[in-house]
Amino acid sequence: MSAIELRQVAKGFGATPVLTDVDLAVPDGSMTAVLGASGSGKTTLLRLIAGFEHVDAGTVVIGGQLVDDGCRAIRPQHRGVGYVPQEGALFPHLTVSGNIGFGVPRREQHTVAQLVDLVGLHGLEQRFPHQLSGGQQQRVALARALAIHPKVVLLDEPFSSLDASLRDSVRRDVTRILAETNTTTILVTHDQDEALALADQIAVLRDGNVVAAGDPRTLYRDPPDITAATFIGEANILTAHVQGDQARCALGTVVLHTNGSQTNGAAALPGPSRLLLRPEQLVLHLQARANTVSATVVDSQYHGHDTLVRVALDDPHCHLLLARVSGDLALTPEQPVWVEVRGSGRAWPIRME
Amino acid sequence: MTNIPMTDIQTDVPREAQRTPILVAPPRRHRRWRHQEGQSRAVVAASAIIALALLLPLALLALDARDAGWGEIHQVLFRERSLFLLRHTLVLSALVMILAAVLGVASAWCTERCQLPARRLWTMLLVLPVSIPDFVVGYAWHSIAPTMNGLLAATLVMTLGTYPLVYLPVAAALRRANPVLEDTAHSLGKGRFVTFSRVALPLIRTAVLGGCVLVVLTVISEYGAFEILRYQTFTTEIFTEFQFDPQAAGALSVPLVLLGLLMLGIDGMLPRRTVSSTVSAAPRRARGPVRWRWSVAPMVLALGALVVLGVGMPIGTLGYWMAQSQHTTLPAATTLTSATWTTLSYSAWGAAIAVVTALPVAMMTFRRTTAPRVILDRVTYITRAVPGVVIALSLVFLATRYAYGLYQTSVLLVVAYAILHFPLALVCVKTSVAQASARLFDVGRSLGASPVAVFCRVALPLLAPGLLAGFCLVFLTAVTELTATLVLVPIGVQTLATQFWAYQSEVAYGAAAPYGLVIVVLAAVPGTLLGLWFDRERHTRVSLT
Repeated sequence: MSAIELRQVAKGFGATPVLTDVDLAVPDGSMTAVLGASGSGKTTLLRLIAGFEHVDAGTVVIGGQLVDDGCRAIRPQHRGVGYVPQEGALFPHLTVSGNIGFGVPRREQHTVAQLVDLVGLHGLEQRFPHQLSGGQQQRVALARALAIHPKVVLLDEPFSSLDASLRDSVRRDVTRILAETNTTTILVTHDQDEALALADQIAVLRDGNVVAAGDPRTLYRDPPDITAATFIGEANILTAHVQGDQARCALGTVVLHTNGSQTNGAAALPGPSRLLLRPEQLVLHLQARANTVSATVVDSQYHGHDTLVRVALDDPHCHLLLARVSGDLALTPEQPVWVEVRGSGRAWPIRME
Repeated sequence: MTNIPMTDIQTDVPREAQRTPILVAPPRRHRRWRHQEGQSRAVVAASAIIALALLLPLALLALDARDAGWGEIHQVLFRERSLFLLRHTLVLSALVMILAAVLGVASAWCTERCQLPARRLWTMLLVLPVSIPDFVVGYAWHSIAPTMNGLLAATLVMTLGTYPLVYLPVAAALRRANPVLEDTAHSLGKGRFVTFSRVALPLIRTAVLGGCVLVVLTVISEYGAFEILRYQTFTTEIFTEFQFDPQAAGALSVPLVLLGLLMLGIDGMLPRRTVSSTVSAAPRRARGPVRWRWSVAPMVLALGALVVLGVGMPIGTLGYWMAQSQHTTLPAATTLTSATWTTLSYSAWGAAIAVVTALPVAMMTFRRTTAPRVILDRVTYITRAVPGVVIALSLVFLATRYAYGLYQTSVLLVVAYAILHFPLALVCVKTSVAQASARLFDVGRSLGASPVAVFCRVALPLLAPGLLAGFCLVFLTAVTELTATLVLVPIGVQTLATQFWAYQSEVAYGAAAPYGLVIVVLAAVPGTLLGLWFDRERHTRVSLT
């Protein structure tokens, strides 16, 4: 069953449309990440679900109950939606307990202590928000939202304001707490790594539309189209000629995978196509081998655990490709390398673009 | 009206600029900084002189009181009459404060948090009473309904005149407060009223109380409106006594100043910034055009009534008397022009002096915390508590005792304007100085510009709007000033306010009306400019965050 269902939701501010035709179903107990660039309407989507804004058209259903159909809308305070805004937005004049207990009826105030323990802030109950670190504030904001036993929790870029060092641990804590309480969650983010790492389902939002939705693995390995492919993770797109389950391209012949979830048969369609290869599928060799193509290193970005290398193929078109290699491999610009393709690719016929 | 609630913009300056001088201990300055040390010494010296000038009225008041002797003070203060005046002043202040707070907060809530159509127009109309002097409002009501006298009439007039002093800082605080906090409260199951009382109100508390202090300061220093409405307070009594027994007036000033200082003390104790979480400035949301809904109709009616009473009524009455007097006695156009010219030049001079002197003080107060800085801050602050009539009296005392040549000259009046409105100029200039951080000057220098070039190309463009705003604000309040003007205006010279006052005292309402109208127009022009400046301020703040 879906905890949240949005159907053909449209919303604009004045003359500017923000969301045009959004369909989204969030399964019960799952975490769905809404991934989009800034200004793509992510926050608006959350605010529509929370009830701070009302849809212009379409319907919003939460827990089987119609809450907004463009004519009448249930007020935010009656929706049972936990909202964790950007940067927490704790009430600055209330303590940790005061913040967490804000939505809790007086006779149930004793549950606040449990929530404080749940988010691991025991001993900090009497602190004020400005006396907390960013991660602690974020956890208070989460506990405050969970305190009303919400049907769904909305997280609006919850980790973007945290230091990189803190982000991982807070992410881990938050997902653990949400999993422990089996809470349906929508996470809005512009960080694709975050979406890939945390979500059970990713919905890619672009120009007011959900352009792709699915579980992270499928979206990464087997995206529905080129746009989605380039949006999630780094992508090399090459022109290729498909014949059977193979594609010929500047890197030689690449096997296509057709066992993806989207069995629309696109991979099998013969003819000129575009081929997707992820950077980690390109292996760089320092000597020529069988099935390799010669190229020249353009530049590289060292990340410690790995290095992203841009290489230009030594063919007349000078294709620029991105390869992910082990961090130990030291490469200098202008250095000759040989590129090999590992694994299978995904192709879409060009005329479908 | 002498007090405009601009305390809020003091806290509006970018957080960075506010904190740096206070929290971060500056590195010890070495020789290469000597050049700037020299500059800073000049600033300190200039500031010290200005501070002394600002303290002058209080010093003179003390001298005056000493001359009068304890016996005289005792005799004037410890009599039934003083108790009566004190009660009158306090009761009126309390009533007006409560009503202005309610009206100010409610209207700010309407314009900032509700789906009000034509929001900007409402904002402008709600602030307009600031440009209408209270004595004109008093005249408007009294001339139409001569039975309007006493406490209730005074409460009505002062409430309608002072609620913008609460409205402005509260609206600013609401704009600054992150609306997400209120959204969150809604999502936690709380309705409008609980959200307002438990989330919004604590956030705007400082702004409300600060506005209330300004309202009380205005009420205790008002003279004209109460004279018209026959309601006696300390200020009206001081004014009356001044004509017969200047020493008694001096003695009566003491409790008035103490009352002002008390209010200032309360204001000083308010936390300047409510405990802020690390939440950054409120994210601005796109507002679509507001569709008319019947649910806002009562709100529109209530705000409409407030504007009709506060703006429509005085301006309508002025127009009515103008129309009435067409066939009787309109004042000679020459008198009106000369009075306008006098008012313009006095106010402009006072505003220019106030702004120019505010500049070094503003530069001073954003430096690191040192003893001179703290003292200066306090001194400039104290001036706000001294009513215009006391400043005027002290200057009369100064002139008659030590500089008779200055007595009855326009110099004295201009100086009074400058001292009286210095705090207003300072607030505006401070905002600008805070934005023009020293780092920008350093960058300018590093890009190869000479100090003069940096001043012209960096400092001036950044400071100019603040200086202009300060000028407008002081100009506006000087044009509408009556009390100090009546005391200090040279014999034979008429300003718009004094001429208006003279005619209305003779119940020549028709003859007074054109003067009142010109005052309102002259005050409304800089008022509008100020409104523009505030909007610009908002934009810069957004771009800075």
